[in-house]
Amino acid sequence: MDLILLFFIFVLAAFLGLELISKVPSQLHTPLMSGSNAISGITVVGALLAIRAEEQGTMGTVLGVAALIFATVNVVGGYVVTDRMLQMFKKKGK
Amino acid sequence: MEANDLINLAYVVAATLFVFGIKMLGSADTARRGNLVSGMGMLLAVVVTLLADGLDYTWILGGLIVGSAIGLVAARMVKMTAMPELVALFNGFGGLASLLVAWAEFEKIRGIGWDVYELEMQSNPTFSGFVIYAAMLIGGVTFTGSLFAYGKLSGKLSGSAIVFGGQKALNILLLISILGVGAVFAWSSDLELAHKLFLTGVGLALLFGVMGVMPIGGGDMPVVISLLNSLSGVAASAAGFVIYNNVLIVAGCLVGASGLILTVIMCKAMNRTLGNVLFSGFGAASGGADDGDDREPKAISVEDAFYVLEAASSVMFIPGYGMAVAQAQHVVKELAELLEENGCEANFAIHPVAGRMPGHMNVLLAEADVEYEKLLEMDTVNPMMPTVDVAIVIGANDVVNPAAADDPQSPIYGMPIIEAHHAKTVFILKRGQGKGFSGLVNKLFVMENSRMIYGDAKATISSLVNELKGS
Repeated sequence: MDLILLFFIFVLAAFLGLELISKVPSQLHTPLMSGSNAISGITVVGALLAIRAEEQGTMGTVLGVAALIFATVNVVGGYVVTDRMLQMFKKKGK
Repeated sequence: MEANDLINLAYVVAATLFVFGIKMLGSADTARRGNLVSGMGMLLAVVVTLLADGLDYTWILGGLIVGSAIGLVAARMVKMTAMPELVALFNGFGGLASLLVAWAEFEKIRGIGWDVYELEMQSNPTFSGFVIYAAMLIGGVTFTGSLFAYGKLSGKLSGSAIVFGGQKALNILLLISILGVGAVFAWSSDLELAHKLFLTGVGLALLFGVMGVMPIGGGDMPVVISLLNSLSGVAASAAGFVIYNNVLIVAGCLVGASGLILTVIMCKAMNRTLGNVLFSGFGAASGGADDGDDREPKAISVEDAFYVLEAASSVMFIPGYGMAVAQAQHVVKELAELLEENGCEANFAIHPVAGRMPGHMNVLLAEADVEYEKLLEMDTVNPMMPTVDVAIVIGANDVVNPAAADDPQSPIYGMPIIEAHHAKTVFILKRGQGKGFSGLVNKLFVMENSRMIYGDAKATISSLVNELKGS
């Protein structure tokens, strides 16, 4: 893929990220942190693509599977824990 | 080719869902749905990736099952009070995963050689070397940094900042060697040399994560975790450049940028700059502590405290990390209810950085079913303070330390506080006479209108509840 194109979307995503959140009430800081932490587990996609059937030594597979496990813990745990936190805020609102 | 187009199209949808998810997480009404939306994006990205050619599904299935099981159990079993350290731990895992993805790609290059790899990926070897090193480095720093933060938050490591002579020089030296090794790695065409350099780089990165978090006091851990969260996004983004994957680049970059903004917002709540948090060794010095003030804190018995509370017409609870440790949120709520039945107005004053994470107290009190309207923010509370009969400080310390307002010598000078000292009477529930997380002496404790109630916060409040019930 075109490298320049990748840089292009990188820069645009950076600016989008900077603009995305501004005035966040302080009680949402932790869920927001935890929720975006789950998103950073997107590296799970990279781990999946690293686990290939051929052209890769044992070491590569071991590293890929380890990456997949850790990334999946990050993703699944991150979303569930964020939901648990937010669920509690929900109750109070009735 | 068709499958590839489909995958990339789905990635665009996933990235859009992430954007909406983060946006919705930023406001109270939509936050939970926002988390769900971003979760859908993640699910879509994972499922569609499975369509890629040549994947080894046995290992993938195994990895997904093991990882999901661990994540699910950890997230479900953890107590609300241990939430901050769990987030730190998850974050560390994300960083480690990025490091491993970069490493796996490097192993692939070692297997097939630069020439074949270059042809296959249509990449520039120097660029590939550079991003592999960057993903490894940032992921590694995130990993050990988060683990260290986890240790501090969970009390497995000492919470205070560790500072020693030459620390800054050592860190700068470490940083220079990391960059030096990286430069040689990226420009080296000798794979065996590159392999050695890479492993050295891994070691240095892991060390740097520990060294970077070491001089930061436990009270600043929320900011550190937020920053490390931002870093883990950048690591994922770098890993995206390694394997030329656009959803990694976009999602990682979104988290990196929005995490940075969140970090700055948190620093502002403490009226400090990010640089000050990271490099000042805050909390290691006892600055402004022993200035000849030898007034002793005055204690009060639970029974006497009860008489004061019974007569009070407005009470303000000021919870801190101590409430979380003692698991006292439920009895606190009960006490507040009894006081209300007694015709007293009971509210909660929530400092933006009370506890170990922003919003920590809100989560705990929400768990105990305290009405949302009763949780007041600092700016609302402070003007009310002089009319409050009793302020009950539950395991909070630095966020009510008047030194932040009037002692320029104090390291926390300038941090906005909840002005508990303006209340007519202040009860401070505290385990013992020790100092707070930041290691600072709190002048509030020795003021004329302050009374200490020593002991476990939960036990103390329970006995107050019983006294009130008995009356």
